[in-house]
Amino acid sequence: MHELPVIKSIFDMCVKYAEANNATKILSVTLKVGEISDLQNEWMQRYFGYLSKGTFVEGAKLVIERVPLVMRCKKCSESFQVDIHAGRQIECPRCKGTEFAYVSGKEYRVETMEVVCGEDTANRS
Amino acid sequence: MGKIRLIEVKEGILSDNKALANELRRKLRDKGTFMLNLMSSPGSGKTSLILRTIDALKDEFRIGVIEADIASTVDSEKVASRGIKVVQLRTGGFCHLDATMVSEGLDALEPQTFDLVIIENVGNLVCPAEFDTGAMRNAMILSIPEGDDKPLKYPLMFTVCDVLVVNKIDTMKVFDFDINAMKKRVQALNSNIRIFKTSAKTGEGIDSWVNWLAKEIKGFRENDK
Repeated sequence: MHELPVIKSIFDMCVKYAEANNATKILSVTLKVGEISDLQNEWMQRYFGYLSKGTFVEGAKLVIERVPLVMRCKKCSESFQVDIHAGRQIECPRCKGTEFAYVSGKEYRVETMEVVCGEDTANRS
Repeated sequence: MGKIRLIEVKEGILSDNKALANELRRKLRDKGTFMLNLMSSPGSGKTSLILRTIDALKDEFRIGVIEADIASTVDSEKVASRGIKVVQLRTGGFCHLDATMVSEGLDALEPQTFDLVIIENVGNLVCPAEFDTGAMRNAMILSIPEGDDKPLKYPLMFTVCDVLVVNKIDTMKVFDFDINAMKKRVQALNSNIRIFKTSAKTGEGIDSWVNWLAKEIKGFRENDK
């Protein structure tokens, strides 16, 4: 339920980068969000559409790449993928170890933006 | 037709909040103020634990409290009754505190200087986990009646906390709460987390918690010298 402030932050970032690059239109924005994050893709899409309506960002596609949660066992160094939404005890599949380091799954960033630069495209408003 | 370009952004989502939180930490450090962010679900005993903490530490440290509540001022009145400076932030339906709101709270606590500021975050195990408040340490409460499965359901919260306070241990007999299973679930997510067992009602286990906190505050000051 905190998707709105998160999307507002992403929206502001889009505007900042578009302006700095003299872009007149944003085609897409790609995010990398780790599986451990509670952000819901569909709410992010909905809020992004809501916030960008009537601005030059309108129509930009929000691409959300969810990064799987991968952990490494501190005992035997085995790396394995975890389905965090399954609601099960995390355990090393090789040695049954119970302490881990995070390999991936905590990502939380805007990766790239695809923009149109030039004067004869839609006006920025 | 204009040219299509790919811009490398590689910037953290909520990087504005993170930057402000880092700025708050720097300012607090300059003043020698240790800030603790306390999170939990509603009704787990945040206010009761804060009151116990105040009673134990108020002679040693100057304490201020930032209370976040969606609409009411009930919690802040309880804290103020202990003679403690408290600021009530009404989040107006917001489900979490961010660095901007905490910054307003800290401004409202001025001009007094504090050794310890405790933030009582909005009762919620989801949203507050994503927002850095500028605190030096994050602590959370899980109370016995909530159940031992909470680390499985709200994993992110357990990964961002330095400390877990298992509260209401006086009710252990009434609920099917498997404390070892809970610990195992938490430690799988966060092997560095410290766990304390308390009852804010009876006072059991409060000593270990406040001793840890006092040590953290002193250690923070030592590092500054």
